[in-house]
Amino acid sequence: MGASQARTEHPYQDLMDKTGCNDMFGSKEDLASIPALDNNPLRKQIITAFFDKRNQHENQVGFFEEIGFEQFVMVMSHFRAPTLKTSEEEREVMRKEKLRFLFNMHDTDNDGTITLEEYRKVVEELLSKSGALGLEAAKAIADAAMLEVASTNVPHMAPDDFYEGITFEHFEQILKGLEMETRMHIRFLDVDTTTMRCGKTTS
Amino acid sequence: FNLFGSDADYLGLVLPAGSGRSLPGRGLLLLTVLVLLEGTVFRLGAASTPDVSGHDTKDHHKATAIGHNSTKKAFPVLDLDYGHIQTPFEISLWVLLASLMKLGFHLIPRLSGIVPESCLLIVVGLLVGGLIKIAGEKVPPVLDSRLFFLCLLPPIILDAGYFLPIRPFMENLGTILIFAVVGTLWNAFFIGGLLYAVCQIQTGNSSELNGLGLLPCLLFGSIISAVDPVAVLAVFEEIHINELLHILVFGESLLNDAVTVVLYHLFEEYSGVGTVTVMDGFLGIISFLVVALGGVLVGAIYGILAAFTSRFTSHTRVIEPLFVFVYSYIAYLSAEMFHLSGIMALIACGAVMRPYVEANISHKSHTTIKYFLKMWSSVSETLIFIFLGVATVDGPHFWNWTFVTVTVILCLVARVIGVVGLTYIINKFRIVKLTTKDQFIIAYGGLRGAIAFSLGFLLKEDHFPERNMFLTAIITVIFFTVFVQGMTIKPLVELLAVKKKQEAKRSINEEIHTQFLDHLLTGIEDICGHYGHHHWKDKLNRFNKKYVKKCLIAGERSKEPQLIAFYHKMEMKQAIQLVESGGGVKMPSAMPSTVSMQNIQPKKLPPPKTVERALPQLPKGREEEIRKILRSNLQRTRQRLHSYNRHTLVADPYEDGFDKFILKKQKIIELENKIKEMNNYLTVPAAPTDSPTMSRARLASDPQAFSVKPDSDSVPIIQVDLASPQSPDTVNVMDEFRRADQEENQGLMMRCPRGPSEPKKSEDTEGARDQQKLMRCLSDPGPSADEDEDEPFLKKEPLVCCCHC
Repeated sequence: MGASQARTEHPYQDLMDKTGCNDMFGSKEDLASIPALDNNPLRKQIITAFFDKRNQHENQVGFFEEIGFEQFVMVMSHFRAPTLKTSEEEREVMRKEKLRFLFNMHDTDNDGTITLEEYRKVVEELLSKSGALGLEAAKAIADAAMLEVASTNVPHMAPDDFYEGITFEHFEQILKGLEMETRMHIRFLDVDTTTMRCGKTTS
Repeated sequence: FNLFGSDADYLGLVLPAGSGRSLPGRGLLLLTVLVLLEGTVFRLGAASTPDVSGHDTKDHHKATAIGHNSTKKAFPVLDLDYGHIQTPFEISLWVLLASLMKLGFHLIPRLSGIVPESCLLIVVGLLVGGLIKIAGEKVPPVLDSRLFFLCLLPPIILDAGYFLPIRPFMENLGTILIFAVVGTLWNAFFIGGLLYAVCQIQTGNSSELNGLGLLPCLLFGSIISAVDPVAVLAVFEEIHINELLHILVFGESLLNDAVTVVLYHLFEEYSGVGTVTVMDGFLGIISFLVVALGGVLVGAIYGILAAFTSRFTSHTRVIEPLFVFVYSYIAYLSAEMFHLSGIMALIACGAVMRPYVEANISHKSHTTIKYFLKMWSSVSETLIFIFLGVATVDGPHFWNWTFVTVTVILCLVARVIGVVGLTYIINKFRIVKLTTKDQFIIAYGGLRGAIAFSLGFLLKEDHFPERNMFLTAIITVIFFTVFVQGMTIKPLVELLAVKKKQEAKRSINEEIHTQFLDHLLTGIEDICGHYGHHHWKDKLNRFNKKYVKKCLIAGERSKEPQLIAFYHKMEMKQAIQLVESGGGVKMPSAMPSTVSMQNIQPKKLPPPKTVERALPQLPKGREEEIRKILRSNLQRTRQRLHSYNRHTLVADPYEDGFDKFILKKQKIIELENKIKEMNNYLTVPAAPTDSPTMSRARLASDPQAFSVKPDSDSVPIIQVDLASPQSPDTVNVMDEFRRADQEENQGLMMRCPRGPSEPKKSEDTEGARDQQKLMRCLSDPGPSADEDEDEPFLKKEPLVCCCHC
């Protein structure tokens, strides 16, 4: 485990002790059984993201069947926030990391691009709680969004060219106004990290 | 009464001199107008002095008395009765002066870049006040507290509250509250306390300072410590700093009103008595909570009432803006009645009512509200600064070097220490930390303004013998902050390279991902079991969607999710842009790319045999979509227009059908581009025919009567009439695709005469058919009564695009 994870591990040790069960991080069904997630339109994607091997930064692809505490924390580490001491390069790295996480959530078939179909699915999921009205408009919105990405990144396409999909660079480009490194964060329990406990947990 | 006689001479002499076109000529013209107004103002001042008017009435009475007894006087053909219209006339003149000043400053380019508007306005006020004084007349008590608090301040605050960016405000609410409450308290006590200490030290020198008790000092401190929203708005508007800093300083200036109100009343009450006990302090804290929360509650109640009322205004669109204004003003007055914080009430009212009202009202009403608010707040602000200048000249002053200089220094010092200290604490809890640069701007942006002056003006002379000294000090501080800080903040912002406001428009991708992130973070928080920020926001949103929106928003819009609403708004904007750029011939300049939908759509269909269908290659999915959308639109009945009278407007074609229409429109435009690229036909530029009012008038008549306009045969045209959401023309375009489907005969679809259905040479067939089912009602019923309606975005002609289908 890297040092970066050690910082977040300690808060989660607390959390784990509180919930009292190591098998919270078991299979997908365990996570899916959390009642608070029922109202969330992105439920499936979030749960899948925990089991996605790409988010473990070990250059593997595919999905886990079960995850342990390590993997959980690894995914959580994407939601750290920069401090006043974080340098500019570190911020860049953080931002890329977070954008990569989002990208992986969208790019379900792992071909390196978000195709129109995948993007449509994303928007449809977002609007899934809004009934039929949402689904109709979802297509149009996804199309318009795709059009926008294409026109900002590849402004001049001949009529016969085909825009394959959103690559990671284009993805970064369109979301650079959002300042992801500060937006995408969770306020972890504010724990003193002086007593870090590295080492694997036993399950 | 040769008052206006001499004025007329004045007019005659001065005006012709300044009608030049060049800049010096323009400046001269402006100067003459200025001087003219000065002249009029002080002569009117002359008219309003009591002895003259008294003399006048006596004369009048004598005249009537004489008239009864003696011989009949000649019938007065032309009479002058100034007293009759005096007050409204003077008010109008002041407003006119303010507006002309505003005009003038923007005509002089170099000046408005260096000096902020507020400074110039104060100078003008000084001049006007000076002129009045020179004329020997009594300066009208312009910054009278009632006038200020009841008439001049509310428009500015309402404008700020209605257009408050809710998201950044809520995200930074904790910081803003700490600055507003703790910061102001710190300022008040620091300044008051140290002033008292200074006064005690100065025992030997001046007797005036000696008499200053602790409580009056604290009162003074509380008056002077509050950051003023009017001044902050005026200065910050011109420097365009980033949203975070703007909302921090501005939010602080709004929310510290509650603190100021409580402190002011507390110290004023007890200054007479001379002591403040701990009990009083405790009551003060409770009072603060009541004032703040009570104000917000009053505002929220009126906001909900306004939102509820707007639900039923679909038949009387004309008075929709009025509800917004009246409810807000009543909220302000109600809060002031109970000595609650009127400013917070107004902000709460505007912020609460806005999302619901905007979902209910028409587009025109929205524009009206926006422009009226901007207009009133602009004039109010201008007037306030001018009056500050006038009141400076007028007010009884008592200059005391020590007091004034110590006050100014203490204000600065207190602000800096307060901001730095509080930021240190706040940064422990913030994710986006405030850097030193930010702190500097926040501290430097703490401007004082007219509210402080009015509060000082409110003090009664008998309770507070030092009132004049206070007023002088307040004015000095105001002048210092507005002039020195106001003028130097812009170069300092440049020097320190503070982040400026991002001008980029919100894109649909950003919106999608903002929503996505919201849900994602809420989900993650739920998995952790951590009830954070996002969890509660999500809960509030769900409550809002489930209960509140259903009550307060009329019809279908209550179920519209935010993403879709945003998308429709963007579409509308794009469509408006398209219209203003003169038709779909070229893409709007914002997106200079040649990418269109065809580039994105995966090519699913093999190219059909060119003999059979020379259709542009739309994938089947696309066709299906277009068909579906059109079908759903056609099911809606067409709106009948009311005849024009004062109580109803012409039913706006931009109302209900618009959002669906826009989706359609986008597809048509994409289609058109596609076609344009695929064939080599020219597109005909927009025909310079019908004005939008005529096209709206066309809606009034029945759709059956339409004649084919004799047109050039070489290029078939289809006119897409923007003003009619259910224009059969759009149906006609799509009609070509509906080869086999016979089911779309609902609503007002016009079937094209099923002429030669077997494909001939594509262009001719389609051309002929197109020309038949052309523009509706080209023979317009004449200019309608509503031709003078102002539609800013319907200035151009409807689209004409070329389509061979």
